[in-house]
Amino acid sequence: MTLTVKAPNFEVLRADFPILETVVRGKQLAYLDNAATSQKPQLVIDALDRYWRAQNANVHRGVHYLSQIATSEFDAARVKVQTLLNAASSKEVIFTRGCSESINLVATCLTSGASAKATNGQKTTPCIAEGDEILISTMEHHSNIVPWQMAAERVGATLKVIPISDAGEIDLEAYAGLLSEKTKLVGIVHVSNSLGTVNPIKQMVEMAHAVGALVLVDGAQAGPHLSIDVQDLDADFYTLSCHKIYAPTGVGVLYGKRALLEAMPPYQGGGDMIRTVSFERTTYAELPAKYEAGTPNVAGVIGLGAAIDYLAHLGRWYVGPEKPDMTDREALVVAFGAIHRREAELANEASRLLLEIPGVQINGSAPDKAGIVSFTLDCAHPHDIGTILDSDGIAIRAGHHCCMPLMNRLGVPATARASFAFYNTMNEAERLASGVRKIKEMFS
Amino acid sequence: MSLDLRELYQEVILDHNKRPRNHGRIEGAARTAEGHNPLCGDNVRVYISTEDGKMTDVRFEGSGCAISTASASLMTEAVKGKSFEEAEAIFKEFQQMVTTTGEAVPHPDLGDLEVFAGVREYPVRIKCATLPWHTFRAALQGEEEAVSTE
Ligand SMILES: Cc1ncc(COP(=O)(O)O)c(C=O)c1O
Repeated sequence: MTLTVKAPNFEVLRADFPILETVVRGKQLAYLDNAATSQKPQLVIDALDRYWRAQNANVHRGVHYLSQIATSEFDAARVKVQTLLNAASSKEVIFTRGCSESINLVATCLTSGASAKATNGQKTTPCIAEGDEILISTMEHHSNIVPWQMAAERVGATLKVIPISDAGEIDLEAYAGLLSEKTKLVGIVHVSNSLGTVNPIKQMVEMAHAVGALVLVDGAQAGPHLSIDVQDLDADFYTLSCHKIYAPTGVGVLYGKRALLEAMPPYQGGGDMIRTVSFERTTYAELPAKYEAGTPNVAGVIGLGAAIDYLAHLGRWYVGPEKPDMTDREALVVAFGAIHRREAELANEASRLLLEIPGVQINGSAPDKAGIVSFTLDCAHPHDIGTILDSDGIAIRAGHHCCMPLMNRLGVPATARASFAFYNTMNEAERLASGVRKIKEMFS
Repeated sequence: MSLDLRELYQEVILDHNKRPRNHGRIEGAARTAEGHNPLCGDNVRVYISTEDGKMTDVRFEGSGCAISTASASLMTEAVKGKSFEEAEAIFKEFQQMVTTTGEAVPHPDLGDLEVFAGVREYPVRIKCATLPWHTFRAALQGEEEAVSTE
């Protein structure tokens, strides 16, 4: 699709996010902690409000009016996620509590006893067993490390780690060397939450598939910033953390290829995930219900649906009235293209200004990074930077960002991280840099 | 910079952060312990030499923010030459100062340590100030396990 677009002014979108008007200690809030969680547009807040006031009921189990409304909104959100990820079917979209739970689900189901037993009988059930290898990378979030460590320990598999370069990029040669017939699963982050690196997922998936390994892509940080096409990536599993995509907390997504989700054993048992139950034997529900035991986070999922609507609106707004017949998918692709460019602009400007300050070092210098600027200052610890910037109303994150092994690799105990969203401004990037400059003066 | 912040980052704290006193290890120290703050990755190791129930030397190593580094530095100065009981009394008063909310009361007995009074306005930073102290007490009590603020 080629579109002729002028660049609309992103700053008008700030009005859609009421929290951005917050004043912190007399200063206008500059929210630069979007990688931790994003702020929510009014559209999402309204959807939640409407749900609690006028639609609240349990889903998939009532014949009454409210239950039907809640169910239809809930099911509609699943189709919106299908569009967001370009999945082949909405049955491939499983709602979870968060990205962490999505990864735990896959790690558990691929190593549960039921999985191993089934493998003996029918060769098609995917499973990780004793002697197999699981590959992850140095830049993974603890959420994509610990579940695999636990899984490996459970079955006697080995966890191996793909190294990264000093610039913060996957060492593809080393990756090729680590892949073998023994590799059953590769767990890789799409966009690093600490470095901003965008990994070459399509190529990595292809390489993994060549040795017969499955690939789980941790899309927690890609979801808010990139247009994702799971079919094009050919990812076997793809996970999202919805509170980072302008939706409420408490909702995650697991995308899985249908054949895999059908072959794996269920995760948790309970209501909704069954077809029939007797004390002798239970048969399980079809996808996606099979993996969604118990009452889901109905409000959160409906909020997620509204967040995706908002992103599609953003795409239409960006294009203007010239393309009235755009599909939602097309609008989302446009939105993420624009969002990615805008965030890169903001992050590049912040990096440029920060690097003018002597003693600032930026972690992660891969080309085409996402809007994440992770940095250290020679004379001040990231926590001091965080506290002092906060007194200027600037919210950043300081710490190890749930990436302790990566911090070790970088040789730092922690970093300060500014992460941008499309609603941030150049002025906020400047305030960040002048705040850091002040800290430099104060501490040296 | 706001007034509050000046309260937190007093000159004495900035100075001890930049030039920590009693920094380094004591080879063959009578007592030593390690402390971590898993939330922010601060870690500190405290070494104590003793003679006749008094601490003849106290040193520390580690990496952390200005608050924890300065706290460790000022702590070593405060407890050096003191008995265990005297050190414990200083700790108690210090802890009370940084954790009690409401009107600030003077703590003249604490000497230089009083510069940490501003920390109580920053709940997430209190652990930075107390980590060296908890580690010091663990060393006195001969605890083998690393101390954690969590
Ligand atoms: C790369 C990455 N993976 C996984 C997660 C975990 O997401 P959640 O806490 O929503 O489960 C995060 C969130 O910080 C992340 O940045």
